[in-house]
Amino acid sequence: MTKAELIDEVSRASELSRRHTEVIVEAVFTSILDALREGDKVELRGFGSFRLRHRSTRSGRNPKTGEGVVVPEKVVPHFKPGKELRELINRD
Amino acid sequence: MTKADIARIVYERHGGISNREAARLVEQIFETVKSRLSAGEKVQITGFGTFLVRQKRERRGRNPQTGEEMVIKSRRSVVFRPSKLFGASE
Repeated sequence: MTKAELIDEVSRASELSRRHTEVIVEAVFTSILDALREGDKVELRGFGSFRLRHRSTRSGRNPKTGEGVVVPEKVVPHFKPGKELRELINRD
Repeated sequence: MTKADIARIVYERHGGISNREAARLVEQIFETVKSRLSAGEKVQITGFGTFLVRQKRERRGRNPQTGEEMVIKSRRSVVFRPSKLFGASE
């Protein structure tokens, strides 16, 4: 499923215009990234939680040239599925 | 931040809908993503990231509390690959 398909489906289910739904879907995902950037964690009951994970510097290799490089430290968003989602995807 | 906070942000940014409607829409969005994932489908949100369903193999593990060895059964899990855009605007 793509973002466009998500917008279509939410628009249909909620009987809201596609244009309005698009604004809302964008706002939802933007607000999650904004919260993470501000150092907040995001907990969505029934779905899961997002928080930042710290990645230390590591030595890597340029796959094209084989040259050794140092990959700088960074923070990346991490998602942990919630109980309800875990159970749902394991139901047969 | 919780779903209620997201609903408030949506409500404030979007003039045309009520607070309650905003909450219902936020719920609808995550329910839709969840149902696609439970069907084993991947969900790709441009500018945000991709949710994928992965099959995890059976492996041996330990109960961290008792130290007891046990078999962790094969199961499905959701992994999230963040969009590269995350670091870009920092």
